[in-house]
Amino acid sequence: MTMSVSMTVNGKTVSGNVEARTLLVQFLREHLGLTGTHVGCDTSQCGACVVHVDGISVKSCTLLAVQAEGAKVTTIEGLAKSAEELHPMQEAFRENHGLQCGFCTPGMVMSAIDLVKRHNYQLDEETVRHGLEGNLCRCTGYHNIVKSIIAGAAAMKAAGV
Amino acid sequence: MGNVARIGERVRRTEDRRFLTGAGRYVDDLQLARCTYAYFLRSPHAHARIRSIDTSKAAAAPGVVAVFTGKDVADAKVGGLICGWVVKDKHGEPHKAPGHPAIALDTVRYVGDTVAMVIADTAAQARDAAEQIEVDYEVLPAVIDPAAAVAASAVQVHADVPGNLSYDWELGDKAAVDAAFARAAHITKLDLVNNRLVPNAMEPRAAAAEYDRGTGTYTLYTTSQNPHVTRLVLSAFVLGIPEHKLRVVAPDVGGGFGSKIFIYADETLVLWAAGKTGRAIKWTAERSESFMTDAHGRDHVTHAELALDKDGKFLALKVDTIANMGAYLSTFATAVPTYLYGTLLAGQYTTPAIHCNVRAVFTHTAPVDAYRGAGRPEATYLLETIVSKAAREMNIDPAELRKRNFIAAGAFPYQTPVALTYDSGNYTPILDQAMKLADYAGASERKAAAKAKGKLRGIGISSYIEACGLAPSAVVGSLGAGVGQWESAQLRFNPTGNLQILTGSHSHGQSHETTFAQIVSDKLGIPLDQIEVVHGDTAQVPFGMGSYGSRSLAVGGSAIMKAADKIIAKGKKIAAHLMEAAEADIVFENGAFKVTGTDKNVPLGQAVFSAYVPHNYPLDKLEPGMDENAFYDPSNFTYPSGTQICEVEVDPDTGGVEIVNFVAVDDFGNVVNPMIVEGQVHGGIAQGVGQALLEYTVYDKESGQLLSGSYMDYTMPRADNLPSFNLGYQVTPCPHNPLGVKGCGEAGAIAAPAAVMNAVRDALAQVGAQDRIEMPATPQRVWQAIHAH
Ligand code: FES
Ligand code: FES
Repeated sequence: MTMSVSMTVNGKTVSGNVEARTLLVQFLREHLGLTGTHVGCDTSQCGACVVHVDGISVKSCTLLAVQAEGAKVTTIEGLAKSAEELHPMQEAFRENHGLQCGFCTPGMVMSAIDLVKRHNYQLDEETVRHGLEGNLCRCTGYHNIVKSIIAGAAAMKAAGV
Repeated sequence: MGNVARIGERVRRTEDRRFLTGAGRYVDDLQLARCTYAYFLRSPHAHARIRSIDTSKAAAAPGVVAVFTGKDVADAKVGGLICGWVVKDKHGEPHKAPGHPAIALDTVRYVGDTVAMVIADTAAQARDAAEQIEVDYEVLPAVIDPAAAVAASAVQVHADVPGNLSYDWELGDKAAVDAAFARAAHITKLDLVNNRLVPNAMEPRAAAAEYDRGTGTYTLYTTSQNPHVTRLVLSAFVLGIPEHKLRVVAPDVGGGFGSKIFIYADETLVLWAAGKTGRAIKWTAERSESFMTDAHGRDHVTHAELALDKDGKFLALKVDTIANMGAYLSTFATAVPTYLYGTLLAGQYTTPAIHCNVRAVFTHTAPVDAYRGAGRPEATYLLETIVSKAAREMNIDPAELRKRNFIAAGAFPYQTPVALTYDSGNYTPILDQAMKLADYAGASERKAAAKAKGKLRGIGISSYIEACGLAPSAVVGSLGAGVGQWESAQLRFNPTGNLQILTGSHSHGQSHETTFAQIVSDKLGIPLDQIEVVHGDTAQVPFGMGSYGSRSLAVGGSAIMKAADKIIAKGKKIAAHLMEAAEADIVFENGAFKVTGTDKNVPLGQAVFSAYVPHNYPLDKLEPGMDENAFYDPSNFTYPSGTQICEVEVDPDTGGVEIVNFVAVDDFGNVVNPMIVEGQVHGGIAQGVGQALLEYTVYDKESGQLLSGSYMDYTMPRADNLPSFNLGYQVTPCPHNPLGVKGCGEAGAIAAPAAVMNAVRDALAQVGAQDRIEMPATPQRVWQAIHAH
């Protein structure tokens, strides 16, 4: 049985018919073609699927699409202002080599932005490391991700985002 | 136009923008027309006979396109999966490689073995239908532990492999070793387990295939580190699709670490079934499937003995290892505990006599193959553990003991007693620098201070060598490799002066799109943004052996440099013609051809344009076009080396181990992009620390169930388990490749387990518990070691 669902994704109103069991991440990837949000596990532990739902970071594999009815969702595709201008956190990851294969990256960046906001732009290494508990990366050893997020926090503050 | 990049600069990566904006294209992101989805039914038993399979309900379920069993695959004459490296045992007999059908025919041999394939219009329908397949299993006893598999009474994994033994292999001079032991002043003995690991690239394996009826061409998109090798194996050995009718594409790949080198049943079946059904098919592993079916790493049980004279000079080393192959031989499994392990046992030392015996055994577990480092981490863990143990027993500082035994800087090329000839190295300055960065001299003070707070501090050293940049084809061929080990490159200019580098190396995180562009930018003086690196598509790249064994820059990069030389050579001829000068008087500098001693010059772009628009061109002597191919086959392996020093603090009340400092000093030869190299080292160390402290693949010894089959049970290193790392470099350029580079992808993972464990053992030695701990040193195990009486 399919159900209809509508929400705002990256500023656009979208709707679709989904099975009740369809996860938000499946709706984003398969119905909307927003494949920047990744799936890295089946136990909600890797964080590759993190998006923002009403401004808060959420693992989109833990939410049914229909639970996001009416919500404002932001994915990695919706972060940069334009093709030329990356979000300060994206830019910080680039500047600090915070990514290698790129698979964990969308989730890392989305988690990072929420982390920065939750800590009011004030982050030290320990806070970042604890805050990343829900995101796995197998490539970077986290060293440069931590560096990126600390730099990104300052850049976000400076840019007022 | 952008800037010319120079070798040695921290150039930011060109691939980052697409990954950071969600525009990467991984296999699961691809949308094929009229696509169907595959689901594999996996064996829930480690060992069972399949009495019968009833697929009728599944076949009739909604959306189902086809259901295939082992019989269907056998009837269609789909070949079994192969092992591409034949190891000869100590009697000269080839290893035993039992049949490995893509779908089990009548017996399943590990939890996760493929039992049936369902194809349906949606992934959910395929999965739902698979639940309706009825399999009648006769459950049989299983053997899990590699040491148990060699026992006379052990359950047999394959009827045609007596004693579960694939091969019994040896390397080195046993008589010389025995003689040295007879005159040793001290013998250090060691038993250790190298724990089984699951690679866990964050992108699960995936495959998507389609068949074009019009041209008879197959296309396979797959998460591969070596798409050409995949095409070769699937064409020549498994499916018989002519190589020119099969295109294999490995697009963006989310990490590999070895696990995506191999040719698995899954992509084989997806490709075959796409032809059979005439429909596009996609399959993406769920993480639990990755745990069950990705080739695992390590899993050795070893006894070793080191003989020393009274001054601590190493006289001889003997090693006896049992290596778990799992239920079947994976693609390169046999090479890992032999030619990538036994040959590395000299390490950085002058040990004159070494003997290594390896028994490779079958068990009812997932196949084991190369995982980041592949054999070299096992060798390093063993060697660096026994060296530190000897130091403790003989009351010699472990740094001092290493220095006494290092191969001297002037001794290269150095022939080891285990086949390899090290080309270059200088080990003492590396250790000295690492000791300085780690404040080794202050370690005992810090240990005392920690003790006063009730904590146990320890410091550990690990000095590694690796043979990488795989490597001379003639050598690997003589050792049993079924493939060559060269690499190809093509530099293809366009008439407007921009350039594509087509490389047979494959990037799945290693940053080739930046590094390869950087070396060409530097050499040809072309701005980085005018260069595109193309990889991972057999329809575009002439051929390639792929990326593994830290070979991309040393072998693939060298091929690119050779192709660039050909571009320059041709450009000189064109420039000589255009400037009416003698070719011998032309030099190439900063992107332009100049007549020596004059200010006449032809920029490379102008020579390229002339080559494509040859109105004024020596057509009688020279072909038009600017497009050069090169193949590079190295004359030796490369030998990166380094030392890591780890300092830990153990809480005796909880058993928790905290890494308080981690230093790595490496000699990778010349470094093209330090930012990228550091990233590789960080990632490698994290995996090594994971092995030492966290990661453990556990099968139930009786039932063979995989107990650590998800991220709830298998402890992946997370950001809060790790410190920031403190890195340093020494440079002795590789003398035999054009870039002087050695490879950096695996070093971190190779050295770190011993560095961490030597630190843990140093800490535990304060309470006499140093010999009671194995990897992973989890809080529970550490606590038990401390409190065992
Ligand atoms: S896919 Fe959502 S946490 Fe792993
Ligand atoms: S960059 Fe590959 S998993 Fe994080």
